[in-house]
Amino acid sequence: MVKTLARITAAGLVALAAGTALAAPMSLKIAFVDPLSGGGASTGEAGLRTFQYMAEQLNAKNADLKLEVTGYDNKLNPQESLVQLQKAIDSGARVVVQGQGSAVAAALVDFVGKYNDRNPGKEVVYLNYAAVDPALTNAKCNYWHFRFDANSDIKMNALTNYIKNKPEVKKVYLINQDYSFGQAVRSAARAMLKEKRPDVQIVGDEVAPLQKVTDFSPYVAKIKASGADTVITGNWAQDMALLLKAAGDAGLQANFYTYYGGGAGGPTAIKQANLSNRVFQIAEGYANIPYPPGHEFEKAFRARIGQELTYPRVVNLMNILAKAALSAKSVDPRNLAKAMDTIHNDTMYGKDSFFRPDDHQIFQPMYISRFGPVDTAKDFDAENTGWGWTGDGEVSAQDSLLPTTCKMDRPS
Amino acid sequence: MSDLADAAPAGSGWTTAQPGRASIRPRSGSLAGQAVPWLVAAAILAGAPLVLTSGTALTMMSLMGIMIVFALSYNMLLGQTGLLSFGHAVYYGLGAFFTVHAMTVVAQNRLPVPLPVMPLVGGLAGLVFGLAFGAISTRRAGTVFAMISLGIAELVSSGSNILRSFFGGEEGITTNRTKMLRVLDLNFGPQIQVYYLIAAWCLLCALLMYGITRTPLGRLCNAVRENPERVEFLGYEPQSVRIAAFSLSALFAGIAGSLAAINFEIANSAYLGVHQSGVVLLAAFIGGIGHFVGPVVGAVVVTLLQVSLSDLTEIWQLYFGLLFIAIVMFAPGGIAGLALMHGPLLRAGTAHRLVPAYLLALVPFLALTAGLVALIEMAFRLLVKAGEGSAMTLAGLPVDAATPLPWLVTGAMALGGGLALRAVRPRVAAAWDEAAAAAKEARP
Amino acid sequence: MLELVIVSTLNGVLYGMLLFLMASGLTLIFSMMGVLNFAHASFYMLGAFFGYQISRFTGFWVALVAAPVLVGGLGALVERYGLRNVHRHGHVPELLFTFGLAYVIEEVVQMVWGKLPVDYRAPAILDFPAFTIFGTNYPAYKLFMLVISVAIFLCLLAALTRTRVGLIIQAALTHPNMVAMLGHDVPKVFMLVFGVGTGLAAVAGVIAGPALVTQANMAGLLGPILFVVVVVGGLGSLTGAFAASLLIGLVQTFAISLDVSAASLFQALGIAAAPSGGVLGDLWNVTIAQIGPIIPYILLVLVLIARPTGLLGNREA
Repeated sequence: MVKTLARITAAGLVALAAGTALAAPMSLKIAFVDPLSGGGASTGEAGLRTFQYMAEQLNAKNADLKLEVTGYDNKLNPQESLVQLQKAIDSGARVVVQGQGSAVAAALVDFVGKYNDRNPGKEVVYLNYAAVDPALTNAKCNYWHFRFDANSDIKMNALTNYIKNKPEVKKVYLINQDYSFGQAVRSAARAMLKEKRPDVQIVGDEVAPLQKVTDFSPYVAKIKASGADTVITGNWAQDMALLLKAAGDAGLQANFYTYYGGGAGGPTAIKQANLSNRVFQIAEGYANIPYPPGHEFEKAFRARIGQELTYPRVVNLMNILAKAALSAKSVDPRNLAKAMDTIHNDTMYGKDSFFRPDDHQIFQPMYISRFGPVDTAKDFDAENTGWGWTGDGEVSAQDSLLPTTCKMDRPS
Repeated sequence: MSDLADAAPAGSGWTTAQPGRASIRPRSGSLAGQAVPWLVAAAILAGAPLVLTSGTALTMMSLMGIMIVFALSYNMLLGQTGLLSFGHAVYYGLGAFFTVHAMTVVAQNRLPVPLPVMPLVGGLAGLVFGLAFGAISTRRAGTVFAMISLGIAELVSSGSNILRSFFGGEEGITTNRTKMLRVLDLNFGPQIQVYYLIAAWCLLCALLMYGITRTPLGRLCNAVRENPERVEFLGYEPQSVRIAAFSLSALFAGIAGSLAAINFEIANSAYLGVHQSGVVLLAAFIGGIGHFVGPVVGAVVVTLLQVSLSDLTEIWQLYFGLLFIAIVMFAPGGIAGLALMHGPLLRAGTAHRLVPAYLLALVPFLALTAGLVALIEMAFRLLVKAGEGSAMTLAGLPVDAATPLPWLVTGAMALGGGLALRAVRPRVAAAWDEAAAAAKEARP
Repeated sequence: MLELVIVSTLNGVLYGMLLFLMASGLTLIFSMMGVLNFAHASFYMLGAFFGYQISRFTGFWVALVAAPVLVGGLGALVERYGLRNVHRHGHVPELLFTFGLAYVIEEVVQMVWGKLPVDYRAPAILDFPAFTIFGTNYPAYKLFMLVISVAIFLCLLAALTRTRVGLIIQAALTHPNMVAMLGHDVPKVFMLVFGVGTGLAAVAGVIAGPALVTQANMAGLLGPILFVVVVVGGLGSLTGAFAASLLIGLVQTFAISLDVSAASLFQALGIAAAPSGGVLGDLWNVTIAQIGPIIPYILLVLVLIARPTGLLGNREA
């Protein structure tokens, strides 16, 4: 008797909740704070378009949720980001998404933490879709920050787990950009290779100044002189393109394991350098994953946006955000954060992904793909080069797990 | 604006050609009369948050306060001493870094130091580095100085990436301003308290910098700008004067950096960068380097544009560049120069004679501007935003950029406006001459 | 070791020659007009993009001629309708004018060609490895760049010192009034020089575009280093610019191949005492390769302090 009563009450409450939800959908304003002008704008715009596309899709699917993404141009400057975030908060946004640049991300993590301390009841939650400095989920971790991309240590963990079974890798050359991310890549690569493949020789460990090198030929000469068969690099944007170009010119016969070979401009550079099936990328996905729904999504996305999907993680982020809002029946950042803390969600490629409550780092399967000629009738190419990414290996979420040093202050 | 050209005759060197070279003239009048502008400024600073209460407005006004100090300090170099620097942000940035470190030390050791005195740390850092770098770079003015400043700027900003333990790499270093000794129960958590802290320092620094222009040193700076050889004949060492001006200017830049560090609670390499040096140069020049208030106006305008223009259009940098070129070409005295030009006429009561001519010029000017903006925006739509279709709105009107009609209309507006502006220019000039002549007559 | 030395020398000379291609126009403009053209690298970028666009329709060789002519014409227009009006206000506004121009050009290029690199390639006829040394290929295209740079240096030198026009230009530089009184149109000479200078930058752009990456930030990347070349070489001295380009090209390239830091040096000497942390520790462990890109600026500051005329300049900036 009591049980039925409880059940009826519960049903009533649910109906009531659903009723109010139907009457007025939960409105969630998302502030997209990334470069929309200047040098970083191309990646920023690709991100914003993906976010807006996902908002459109999710709004069409969920009648009781209304997602709205507004772009704020931070000019890739940390201070400017804080000003723009203040503007976003004033206009009612309580969820901020950002990805370009660890310096900006560090500033945002710090700001959001302090802001939430000083403005209880008006909390803001920061969803990071691409800044991969490990510190953000270790020394600098914060409850209000969620990272939807594997950090650079996790990527290296996955990559070295893959290299473990590649006996042809004998001499490795590390070349990275001289800033925190590049340094993180190089030290992780050194430590993990030593542990998993003690026979591998690290024949070079180089850092080049960030986005200042106009010609990588001298570096390629060094790589060549070292006799390396494999190059591991975290370079991105022009540092990636110029490195590949110089390698192609000099006829360097090595494989490139990259973090961002597929970043904007990367595919064009690989094709130009004619490095067929020599450039690999480790990421949370690629266009030609043999999973039909993912394929369909990519197709629809390209038809609508006119560009390939650069950020599968943005798709995952928006799905998780919507899922959290619907399950918490709230768009209050406190409830969203609580829901995401322990959330499990299938990625757009049908695999389980989850947040680790200790540091709010997502874990998901990682894929290693290579870039080369594809049959464009069947498969997706990239940047209209006629070449595309095809699978080479997969590392499960469990295999990418790494411990964290985060000591998180959790709101009581 | 042909009249402006007469204000600055062609010069042969760097130093003789400062627009509005007359610079700061001692104003006749009582001490009380001199205090009035400062009281007004104080009232504006104190009252602004009561009118503009939003968080964005507060943040923006805080930034303006910081930028005013920074731009004024820059003008001590460019406007008053004739030294064009491309690396003034070095001192701004170093001030910020030393302040953040000092704040962290104070907070960790619970030293009895309140937050409001922390800008002294930045000022001191600016002064010390200003003396050091000034000593090696001020032997010559002109291009040599400009290039050394550029070199030092690149060195320091690259060095900040190498000396990670001090500069914290590209992510910078953070601190918490609320962990300091509290006075009057202020914890400086809320932005409004930080705003008043910045406003107070801004007023103080502006007063001090104005004071310096009145001292013999300030006069010597002007003399060194105009003719260093003559100064040498008079028995002063031009380099010493330049070093003094340079290090004082670095001191105030350091204070500005400190204020920025307090405002953002973070210091990173963006503070030191060439970009930041460029911004302060733009601010000072757009405002007008020939007048003390010029950089103040410039700081307000540039901050406003930087923060808000990107909301309106993605190609804000293009407009920013065009505005700057327009100022350089047509109003080298800057906004303040344009406005203050009318001072004598206003005092003589003949300024009203300009109104009809100005109104006449205003119409084609607006047509030209609107036409150009529309053309640029439509081109942007077609070239960059082609994926989003050619339909767009301009000033609330729906427009299809793929059809010829809007191009014809806006093109005609721009062209017609430009031609009409040229046509009315002699009338404006004539009206100006007439008003100026009348003002001269009116003067006893 | 020998391998690295030879390869680095080659790379350094190649890079230095590319720098000289760009710096020659800048130094010409400065020596004539006393203006440090901040937008010079922007004209170089325009050259690259014009070259790309034209070569898509007509092939590379037409672009190599047409793009510099177009950009030079544009430069002449900028001088005629922009710089000349600013000139009467003095050198600071002139410099600031070019400063603003650089902003505008970058934005316009982004509008027209986008922010991503464009697919600009070397002509097929030069797209083969010219020779192989220690297993490293040298593309024929890079040799072509080298030849063009040296040819331009020699032509300019000859034109300035041996031809009538060159003599007038040199005279107009030092005695503008005298030259004007002799019946020469000095403003027209200025316009010509600015056009030729920006045209030279465009030649560099057309040639460098395929070798480096053609994208909207290429101006910002090379702009500051150009000033270093011109100032270190001696403002207005063509030979100085040539020497400085080579010097900086070689220094930067060799620095990259040196993985030496104070720590490694002392270790090799068997001295273990080293600061482990703090600022000193950072300095201790930084390698020469890491500071390679800032060596030119160190050079700039040192040269200007010791010799404000630059290495080969005879006239103070």
